[in-house]
Amino acid sequence: MLDYAVPFLICFPFLISLFLLCSGKSKIGNSIARIGAVVIFVASVAFFVARGIQFGFGTVKELYVNTEIADYVILAGEVLLVLVVTFLCFKYKKYWISLLSIIPTAAIIIVEETAAKENIAHIFIDRLAMLMVLLVGAIGSLIIIYAVGYMEGYHNHHKEVQDRRNYFLALLFMFMGAMFGFVTCASLTWLIFFWECTSVCSFLLIGYTRSEEAVNNSFRALWMNLLGGVALVSGVIYFHNLFGTFSARGILDTIQMIGPYASQMFGITLYIPVALIAFAALTKSAQMPFSTWLLGAMVAPTPSSTLLHSATMVKAGIYILIRLAPLMQGNPVGMFVALIGAFTFLSTSFMAISQSDAKKVLAMSTISNLGLMVACAGIGTPETVWACVFLMLFHAVSKSMLFQVVGATENSLHSRDVEDFHGLLYILPKHAMFLFIGITGMFLAPFGMLISKWSALKGMTDDKHALIVMIIVFGSALTSFYWGKIMGKLIAHPHKKKEVKDVTHVGEYVSFWIHMITMVLMVVFFPVISSFYVDPTVGNVEMIGSTANIAAIPQSTLYILVGMLLLVFLIPLVMYFSGKGEESTQKLAYMGGINTGKNNGFVDSFGEEKYLWMTNYYYEKMLSVERLMKPCQFIATIIILVIACLLCGSWIGGMLG
Amino acid sequence: MNEMTVKIIVAVCYVILAPILGGLLDGIGRKISARMQRRVGPPILQPFHDLGKLLHKDPIHVAPSQNFLMMSYLFFVILTGGMIFLGMDLLMSMFILSTAVMFLYFAATVTGSPYSTIGATRELLQMVAYEPCVLLTCVGFYIVRGSFETAEIINGDISPIAYLPGIFVAFIFILTIKMRKSPFDISTSHHPNQEIVRGITSEIGAKNFAVFTLAEWYETVFLMGMVALFIVNKNPISIPVAIVVAFLVYFLELLIDNCSARMKADKMIKLSWMVTIIAAGANLLALIYIFK
Repeated sequence: MLDYAVPFLICFPFLISLFLLCSGKSKIGNSIARIGAVVIFVASVAFFVARGIQFGFGTVKELYVNTEIADYVILAGEVLLVLVVTFLCFKYKKYWISLLSIIPTAAIIIVEETAAKENIAHIFIDRLAMLMVLLVGAIGSLIIIYAVGYMEGYHNHHKEVQDRRNYFLALLFMFMGAMFGFVTCASLTWLIFFWECTSVCSFLLIGYTRSEEAVNNSFRALWMNLLGGVALVSGVIYFHNLFGTFSARGILDTIQMIGPYASQMFGITLYIPVALIAFAALTKSAQMPFSTWLLGAMVAPTPSSTLLHSATMVKAGIYILIRLAPLMQGNPVGMFVALIGAFTFLSTSFMAISQSDAKKVLAMSTISNLGLMVACAGIGTPETVWACVFLMLFHAVSKSMLFQVVGATENSLHSRDVEDFHGLLYILPKHAMFLFIGITGMFLAPFGMLISKWSALKGMTDDKHALIVMIIVFGSALTSFYWGKIMGKLIAHPHKKKEVKDVTHVGEYVSFWIHMITMVLMVVFFPVISSFYVDPTVGNVEMIGSTANIAAIPQSTLYILVGMLLLVFLIPLVMYFSGKGEESTQKLAYMGGINTGKNNGFVDSFGEEKYLWMTNYYYEKMLSVERLMKPCQFIATIIILVIACLLCGSWIGGMLG
Repeated sequence: MNEMTVKIIVAVCYVILAPILGGLLDGIGRKISARMQRRVGPPILQPFHDLGKLLHKDPIHVAPSQNFLMMSYLFFVILTGGMIFLGMDLLMSMFILSTAVMFLYFAATVTGSPYSTIGATRELLQMVAYEPCVLLTCVGFYIVRGSFETAEIINGDISPIAYLPGIFVAFIFILTIKMRKSPFDISTSHHPNQEIVRGITSEIGAKNFAVFTLAEWYETVFLMGMVALFIVNKNPISIPVAIVVAFLVYFLELLIDNCSARMKADKMIKLSWMVTIIAAGANLLALIYIFK
């Protein structure tokens, strides 16, 4: 029964999206989407639990060796994607971009058809895959439930945008299907299809409004991601030349088998495909210099950014890097990948300070956190990979919640400027609370980001990456600043009172609550998640097939840390309730002039009442995106070129001598 | 006596003795400062009288949530120090310290007072200025002793300062920022009637101010404890040496406090980052690539 779960999870979203595409403008789309999302949610959680109970958490399973029909479907899908991309590229006169789709697809089809038939498993489930399935399924379906309500409000406000919400929802489902396929497939040719599928879905989502800006941004996203696709295809073909197989497991097993002799046998040639695939992951995870596509994705309605930023798209890049981590540990490729990640972490943290648009702050922080994950994966020791997996989990939940709440707040408040969030606790108390907790999850105790950062710093120091440690500590200080100042805004005493109607749907609230409960549960069950799922994943490593179980972080340390962190929940609560009965006199704040009595204004020297207006520090002149983005992209490009030259140089050198 | 009992005794001693020590340091500091300015200065026990008086006043607040936020701040500061003196994880304790600072920040921003909001935001800037160096200090100890746990750190053959001179210098530098002493009293401003009144503490009065003062005392004690960590090793003689060094550092902070004027916030960040990159960074590179 469980064997059919994976194909179900992959096919079901595609089917639903077909339904939605066919349903045109009819209202039935909303119900189909809701039902579909609930089914996926239940199915992915049930699959996770049932598999854990039935087979034990550690079983690795390989499925579907004979897949002739499915292979044809995938082939047809690849061709379809190329046709869609080419059609749209010609429609909007961006002819050259279509080449980025046609050439790699043609190349992989030719190689596949000429290669000898092999009997390999196409689906492969281990702990990491299970975690990803749960992540994509649970978070993704919550986002869809949220999206149904959101699009209602969106189209009421934005009359200029043509109402194609069923198409929008269909894309979200397609996206999820592709992600399920991506994290469970073991065949590299399938992997390429699902990869391209997410690229194209994100492209269509970003272009949803069809405004000029949306079209431009969507094509930027498209060419950057397709460029990554080209790298991925080249990497896969290269691997196929070396090992004669398209099975990801096969390749990793072979490398594991030769073990320490791998570098002697293959030398530099092993680094090249790794570097190519890592490059693809960098584009997908929006690392410098490719960060601009994710920022441009903001033009689309909020649910699509939520999906791109939290559970899907960008996490696909991280997922691939985690799989590659053992091949990157301790070699120049890994070091450069880590360097790019660390650099992205620092530079986008700087840029986040200058942003006052809440969604842009969230976007910057996503890229910055992804940078940290990329750095961890690039270093590739068990401790850092452990940190990477946890960063990914915690980030996905917090960020998904933050995006949804910001979207809902925007629908009610008609602004998503952080300055307008001043005193949100008194205007939209529930939204403020969810935002506050979401932000806490991003950088404060007790949430897992801290333990992950702790482990990352430890691992990086152990592996002697002085430069990267330096970059990380500076970036981490900046992170506290840009989050801290938003939190201060939320709880501040409001400026002039204004009436705001809360138009948030019940469905949206349900989604917020589930996110929040998940966040808390994740902290409480931290050591459990770690020992059942993450430790074995990173402890030398299912990715290479060994079953050795090394705890990256000793359990005792973990329990102490979690215990400490739980105090962080308890102390404020205890203080809050113990201080409740206490007599305390309220005084007015000091204003320089005479306080008008409402704490939001003062009487000036002419005897007139003046309202108080407070804003945050932004350092816009110094840290604006316009000023920093180009130089940062330049530096990152140079880092990539250096490693590319190094690899090309030694490759040519190897060929000559 | 088993390990657990020792730990409990240490913890109780720390909770009781740290504020006494901190208060005394404060009193001595005031006296020395006064002498530097050719004043007689208050008696050394004055800080305790002040604290007592604050505690006897009627509790006041500007925003009701201030009270519990300030209490949480105090407890997190105590927790941070407790982790350090009980030999636990130094890096994690520093993370908890930043959580503590966030509570102080919240207590100041909920008031809606312009002065305390500005002070609070500047407190965040101070955090930006000192945090990299604090984290690098932890990393430095980790490289030297192979553990983040203070129990391990004090158990070396050679004092960590022998390996960490640059990080020590940078740490002393950011200590001025952490202790909010001039020229880096950016968030509090030592003397009232300046442009931000008393910054982050403007709206913290009576009992809450007593809580703030207590937290500052605890903080002073464990920061000095961190200074001592640089010196202490297996040899018992190193302990008195460490205490003397901590006192000297405290004196140095007073001296700097008395002979400098407040700096602008962005200049503070640039300066402290520069010191961190040059002194601590060079030290770290040398440690990782040369010694080990």
